[in-house]
Amino acid sequence: MTEPPLLELKGITKRFPGVVANDHVDFELAKGEVHALLGENGAGKSTLMNILYGLYHPDEGEFRLNGQPLRVDSPRAAIDAGIGMVHQHFMLIPVMSVAENIVLAVEPRKGPFIDLDAANARVRDISQRFGLAVRPEARIESISVGMQQRVEILKALYRGAEILILDEPTAVLTPQEAEELFAILRSLQAEGKSIIFISHKLGEVLAIADRITVLRRGKTIETVPREGATEESLARLMVGREVLLRVEKKPADPGEPLLKVEDLRVREERGLECVRGISFEVRAGEIVGIAGVDGNGQTELVEALTGLRKAESGRVVAGGEDLVDESARDYLDAGVGHIPEDRQRRGLVLDFTLAENIALHDYREEPDSKWGWLYPRRLIARAGRLLKEFDVRGGGPKTPAASLSGGNQQKVILAREISRDPRILIAAQPTRGLDVGAIEFVHRRLVTERDEGRGILLVSFELDEILSLADRILVIYEGRIVGEYGPDVSEEELGIAMTGGRREVAA
Amino acid sequence: MSLAPTAPGPDEPPEGSVSGLQTFYERAGGVLVPIAAALLAFIIGGIVVLITEKSLSAPFEAYKAIFQGTGLTWFIPGGDTAGEARDLQQTLLITTPLILTGLAVAFAFRCGMFNIGGQGQFWAGLLTAIWFGTHFDGAPPVVHVTLTVVAGILAGAVWGGIAGLLKATTGAHEVISTIMLNWIILWSGKWLLEAPDGFLQGTDPTLPRSDNVLDSAKLPTIWGALQPLHAGIFIALFALLVYHLLLNRTTLGFEVRAVGFNPEAAAYGGISVKRNYFLAMAIAGSFAGLAGAVDMLGWKYRLTSTEFDANFLGFIGIAVALLGRNKAVGILLAALLFGALDVGTSPRQLDPEVFNPELATNLARMIQALIIAFVGAEFLILYLWRSRRRVGIRPRRLPVEEV
Repeated sequence: MTEPPLLELKGITKRFPGVVANDHVDFELAKGEVHALLGENGAGKSTLMNILYGLYHPDEGEFRLNGQPLRVDSPRAAIDAGIGMVHQHFMLIPVMSVAENIVLAVEPRKGPFIDLDAANARVRDISQRFGLAVRPEARIESISVGMQQRVEILKALYRGAEILILDEPTAVLTPQEAEELFAILRSLQAEGKSIIFISHKLGEVLAIADRITVLRRGKTIETVPREGATEESLARLMVGREVLLRVEKKPADPGEPLLKVEDLRVREERGLECVRGISFEVRAGEIVGIAGVDGNGQTELVEALTGLRKAESGRVVAGGEDLVDESARDYLDAGVGHIPEDRQRRGLVLDFTLAENIALHDYREEPDSKWGWLYPRRLIARAGRLLKEFDVRGGGPKTPAASLSGGNQQKVILAREISRDPRILIAAQPTRGLDVGAIEFVHRRLVTERDEGRGILLVSFELDEILSLADRILVIYEGRIVGEYGPDVSEEELGIAMTGGRREVAA
Repeated sequence: MSLAPTAPGPDEPPEGSVSGLQTFYERAGGVLVPIAAALLAFIIGGIVVLITEKSLSAPFEAYKAIFQGTGLTWFIPGGDTAGEARDLQQTLLITTPLILTGLAVAFAFRCGMFNIGGQGQFWAGLLTAIWFGTHFDGAPPVVHVTLTVVAGILAGAVWGGIAGLLKATTGAHEVISTIMLNWIILWSGKWLLEAPDGFLQGTDPTLPRSDNVLDSAKLPTIWGALQPLHAGIFIALFALLVYHLLLNRTTLGFEVRAVGFNPEAAAYGGISVKRNYFLAMAIAGSFAGLAGAVDMLGWKYRLTSTEFDANFLGFIGIAVALLGRNKAVGILLAALLFGALDVGTSPRQLDPEVFNPELATNLARMIQALIIAFVGAEFLILYLWRSRRRVGIRPRRLPVEEV
């Protein structure tokens, strides 16, 4: 008989109205291991962990800690049991210092006041012990996202966490920061902490986890050791079928330039220049990738290239005309398709039906309408064809867009943009938040459209995506293009350029 | 009734259908919430009657008296048919402008704006109709009526359009600007009637009132003798149809709805958000302007300055739109309810032995206010209902956005 696992979740079931989010899920965590919880969006990972952290109550099932039954009915109880959680969206107070955030609610006191010196000292002490360098006096708003995540981890450790739950921790990090996080996790592991690592990214799960439990549609599929697991085998467990992870594509055969951007300058709302003189071109039949960390001007660049934001100066030539001062309508008419980075806020009218969303650009043209009179049946007929062609599931032409899953919403947007037969397709974060199956679909489609002779501009924070799709890679940093690379560039080299490490233009 | 949502499809992620469920609640709420709000308002009104009259049967007697006063009993065979018909004509006379002012609020709503200016747009249409109705003597009736009604519509469109234009060009919030426009037209109207050389001043300058509109400008009456129902009811019903078709079957309506739901996505679709703000307010105003013109040409025929302080048809339109959920059929029913309530509680309809007249008018106002409050609180109720599903401090992320 081996000793019981540190933490055991047995038969956890959680029902939301009409939905079983967790269906008799079993999960075990051994002391000192990094255990990854892998699954697609909506597989029930977050629900399970929110149950463990006391945010939800399970309808059925039990917890055991060191073989003893455990009741967690609030985050307080979870913390008392030594369970700490680092949420995907940090819960820090920006105007307070690192130390103040860490000791919040359990602060050392001197009379009625917080003993800040003691707090700083304790934070320094604990950060040294676990090798998480932070400056206790620094204000949260002035430190990087990677640092903020460390603060969250320290916060949990400060409260005595033995079990750390990390919910999609790398989603907000650069590749370098992710590497640093993994180093921290390994040192925590060496200190005897146990870690639950929630993710839907196969590569990082293989890089950090000792064991991997795969959830699919609320059920435990299998728990496998890292040894012997491959990205392909994990993807199969996750999706339930064979998945093509590598995009198959021929070398690009670029033709004439379709989109020319010259010395484009754009300001953001506060008046700061965030696109500072960018020039590049996209030719027919190639995918140009723009790599960069979030917030380096990508959003504004894309908005300026689609007429949604006025540029300060420069030229945007598409369809033979300089469109820089023209409206979004003119860009659409010039054959610029756009997959926006925020599909729910910009890409779709969530309260519209799928048919109406598909008609969002063309409702003024025949056959959708004539003389201002709309023909809903024609909208529906066209939508029906496109939904079938793009394999959109979960609703028909009359279904409101809001009720579709993210992957299917994205397919609707793809269907709309591609069906307009654009010469240029600007895809911003086209797979953000999508699961493996949907990512595969989007990637394949982008390559198909490239081969059809469209010029594609791909803006992404995901290096994997850029590397597997782009024929040419531009790195954007602080509103400038700081490097251009071929498709064979290494991840490291791109990573360095993305953080402003190098400025000369390579091949 | 069953609140079970449709089962998630085989390839739908389980959490994805939570939003489908939400949609279902919202759809069910589309009918349930207004009905519940109205019922609750009547129940609370009944409790107030119970307390003030200190009699258990008082609320039932009061509501019975109100119901009889509305003339809706005309549809039930038997009874004093002539009297009932008169009451019903009154109810429909009020329902007619309420449908139109309700549309004025609803149309702006669908473009994401809150038009508080229905009252002002109503006055704009009404005042314009007076001028056109008292001039052009000798014009053929069809021409005169058409001209006057169109002028009223345009006046309302201008008054609403100003607020839309201000929003589109300067970003001025339509709630503020429409309220200000209400006061501007109200005091302008008083001045036009009361000033010695007031533009609309009638032939007797000692009286603050206009002349009667000419017979050629009057809408034909269709039912009754004393204060008969006029053809404006058909205009209002036709406006409901126009509203529905305009929103759902035209590219303009498509744009208006897109902007109303999500201006950013609309802009991305190539729609000019500003243009739609202007157009939607102008169209909204034209419904209210039409209400004013129809009211004037249908049965008021002239305006006395005191009416400015007693007429709230434009404001009640807000309640009509809220309760009717901006749907044509809903607006029709809501306008009928508020029209009936107004007539049913009017002191002249009630026997003071049964029902204290002061209580009656106040009860009507109270029920109106409660309905607005309850329908407005719908967001709160839905929010509370949703939050039953979560425990603890963190709001659940939307399932589809789980990144």
